[in-house]
Amino acid sequence: MRLECTVNDEARSLDGVWEGESLLYVLRERLGLPGSKNACEQGECGSCSVYVDGILACSCLVSAGQVHGARVITVEGLAEGDELHPIQRAFVEAGAVQCGFCTPGFVMVTHDLLAREASPTEPEIREALAGNLCRCTGYQKIVDAVQLAAKMLEEE
Amino acid sequence: MRGTTADLDTAVRELARPVSYPVGTSPDRPDGPPKTKGEFAYSSDLWAQDMLWGRALRSPHPYARIRSLDIAAALAQPGVHAVLTHEDVPGRKTYGLLIPDQPVLAHDVVRFQGEPVALVAADHPETARRALDLIKVDYEPLEPVTDPEVSIAGTAPPLHPEGNIVAQLHIRHGDVAAASERADVTVTGTYELGMQDQAFLGPESGLALPSQDGGVELFIATQWLHADREQMAASLGLSPEKVRLTSAGIGGAFGGREDLSIQIHACLLALHTGRPIKMSYGREESFFGHVHRHPGRLEYEHGATRDGILTHVKARVVLDGGAYASTSREVIVVAATTAAGPYAVDHAEIDAYSTYTNNPPCGAMRGFGAVQSCFGYESQMDKLAAALDMDPVELRRRNVLPTGGKTPTGQVVDVPVPVRELLDQLEAMPLPPAENPDEERMRPGGVANTTHGEGVRRGVGYAVGFKNIGFSSGADDYSTARVRLSVSRGELTAEVHTAGLEVGQGLVVVQAQIARTELGVDHVLVLPADTQIGNAGSSSASRQSWLTGGAVQTTCAAVAAEVLERTAQRLGVNTDRCRLDAGQIVTAAGDFVASMVDIVADEPIELIREYHARKTTPLDANGQGDPHWAFAFAAHRAVVDVDVELGLVRVIELAVAQDVGKALNPKALEGQIEGGSAQGLGLALMEEIQVEDGCVRNPSFTDYLVPTILDVPPMRLAILELPTPHGPYGLNGAGEPPTISSTPAVVAAVRAATGMPLPRVPVRPTDIVEASLLT
Repeated sequence: MRLECTVNDEARSLDGVWEGESLLYVLRERLGLPGSKNACEQGECGSCSVYVDGILACSCLVSAGQVHGARVITVEGLAEGDELHPIQRAFVEAGAVQCGFCTPGFVMVTHDLLAREASPTEPEIREALAGNLCRCTGYQKIVDAVQLAAKMLEEE
Repeated sequence: MRGTTADLDTAVRELARPVSYPVGTSPDRPDGPPKTKGEFAYSSDLWAQDMLWGRALRSPHPYARIRSLDIAAALAQPGVHAVLTHEDVPGRKTYGLLIPDQPVLAHDVVRFQGEPVALVAADHPETARRALDLIKVDYEPLEPVTDPEVSIAGTAPPLHPEGNIVAQLHIRHGDVAAASERADVTVTGTYELGMQDQAFLGPESGLALPSQDGGVELFIATQWLHADREQMAASLGLSPEKVRLTSAGIGGAFGGREDLSIQIHACLLALHTGRPIKMSYGREESFFGHVHRHPGRLEYEHGATRDGILTHVKARVVLDGGAYASTSREVIVVAATTAAGPYAVDHAEIDAYSTYTNNPPCGAMRGFGAVQSCFGYESQMDKLAAALDMDPVELRRRNVLPTGGKTPTGQVVDVPVPVRELLDQLEAMPLPPAENPDEERMRPGGVANTTHGEGVRRGVGYAVGFKNIGFSSGADDYSTARVRLSVSRGELTAEVHTAGLEVGQGLVVVQAQIARTELGVDHVLVLPADTQIGNAGSSSASRQSWLTGGAVQTTCAAVAAEVLERTAQRLGVNTDRCRLDAGQIVTAAGDFVASMVDIVADEPIELIREYHARKTTPLDANGQGDPHWAFAFAAHRAVVDVDVELGLVRVIELAVAQDVGKALNPKALEGQIEGGSAQGLGLALMEEIQVEDGCVRNPSFTDYLVPTILDVPPMRLAILELPTPHGPYGLNGAGEPPTISSTPAVVAAVRAATGMPLPRVPVRPTDIVEASLLT
């Protein structure tokens, strides 16, 4: 099938997309955007989180056809140029990145949280991030990163 | 060029600045920014022109004879480029990290559910998947061996020529019969652990490229490049030089990448098709595609005098290794040799077995046998304390193995055993407040709003654990580093090249910190790990900072010596007591002698060195010997709330005290301790691969529960730095200890809250509720 959508503010048009492909597959294998990660294929880990028309979604659970005409933002679309987005900077500085496979998903969900709530409490952070799995950090430094990011964004 | 020599000296002196981020500081990781931006190339992110997708057909049966295999229909499918079976394996038909007993592709028999039987290469992953469905395998299911006790008894048909025991150890230490006469109190217990999964987030994956010389190149997420290459070369029928491996980005490991997964398969397909092959498991296949933590059953007897001094320990440890050997032979050595805990036990009898069954294969996972033993001996210490009516922490303090004391194998422990110090640190930490009534998210059940506090009981538990560092039993444990010091674009640059793999732990930044410290150079490049350099051993066993770190330090020291030697020759000065500091050669007093740029610019210095750990010995027939070259220690205090009516547990706080010798990078180290503790919490409360009749019931993240950010509580850390006498910078291994004592501490807290024995992990809600109904 033919798929037309906007990804990271760029209009994309794809031919020959198999109907069974997920948005995640299209992003990773057809559009060369592997930042969204494949880790569970069933919406349990949050590693493939993207915005679809402004709503955070697990791209492994969205079929390619569903984004026809939609506006998709991936982790590759957050930073401007070589500069890190403050949330990305906070994850690096807080030590919240180890293997890093979960990091794009956590960056996306943090972006979504801080857009809704500029200075969340720790229980609010934990609740908002509960759909994302990290196996390396024990989450302590991820909580630190979200708090640091909130502060950085406030100061900007 | 810049002006005169005199001008240059002045300029350099003015520019000289302290070397940023030496050992002991926490610089940001170089791979951090690309990882946050989604630009870091993990093994599943790779792509090549004309690439095909590889997939494996796996056995649905835990044990079956293969009557016939028909690939014709799959091969005829449009888009399918190859279908391979065991007949297409040109070299050794089997592989294995220690014992090559596992078929590359099954022939005649499959011994576990998920065993690879055939391979497909196709132009789309879905085409490959559909082709697998067209492969006709006629299986004759056989009665699986699923009980390790049957394997030990030898009453089932042998799954392997040597029988159904992978390894057994019988440690005889002192005189247990006489010592047990002196015991005023004796407690016995049987403890069980379910099968835990490493659950690294990045699935097994890689890209294989056929080379023009008939060899193959593989970009792969693994823990040990050289061990992979050796096994791959044997099965591919190639000389090792023709098998080249480079580390792709690794999405976690935790032991689960120490054995091969896609390595041989992807290369077979690449060599057969002449095209690049990408293989990438989904989560379900990942559960079948790597070994897990051994499930265990441990029977114990502990005796003590009335004042709480241990008289003896008897233990019988059974770890089920499943269908193939993997590392079971060494996991059982660790389980057996740590089975009495970090305590002074002069009389011990320890019998330990690892078995073959038709259950999923088990091997390395963070803690490697010490997790299983620690749950046993720490549960026993609590039970003994209760029988003695003694504070459990006090009981542990009274029995600490002293430095210079002997383990049950007769090995003298010549490093600090800071168990008292660790417990002191934990006890000195304030306890969390009794309850926060306004915050339902902090109660058991969380936002599910299952309780308003009624039926909720608080419990506190302690545990101590220890483990050897590195490879044991006489293995030559070492790593290799190449360091090149040069001037590039006017800047002094050190290149560090090792095969030590960055699996998330931070080795990449620690290597750079060591080079900066040793060479006084600011600009350090850590090159990608590959097989162009010598062996580094695996990123496992808490060993890389020590051994690869030691290799980098040793090599840098040799490079520094060369710089001084060259300086002495060229300038005609004595540099015996000089050192390198911030780009300069300086005297012991810090006075300028020469600029390193001047000494190195015309001729780079490049050296390769190895760093070897101390020698060890295998155990003898009585389980005596010096099998380990180092030991590390940690302790936990867990505070839990338990809803005893619903069996729900909320860990309120997990406090950790660990001696690390020297924190090379405190931030990375904290991450290791916090992450390791979380994995121990997972084993305590939720993580188990459920196996019935040899079949896995929950191969997904929907049904295999990994702790979320709501399950893991805030952690308090106390990091001790008691220098390890023979460690580089005094460091000790640090990756595994936090995983070891975490599990028994959490369970001890749940026991304290409920008063129930809870002899099995993970503790399930039904364990708590059913036990409460019985009482």
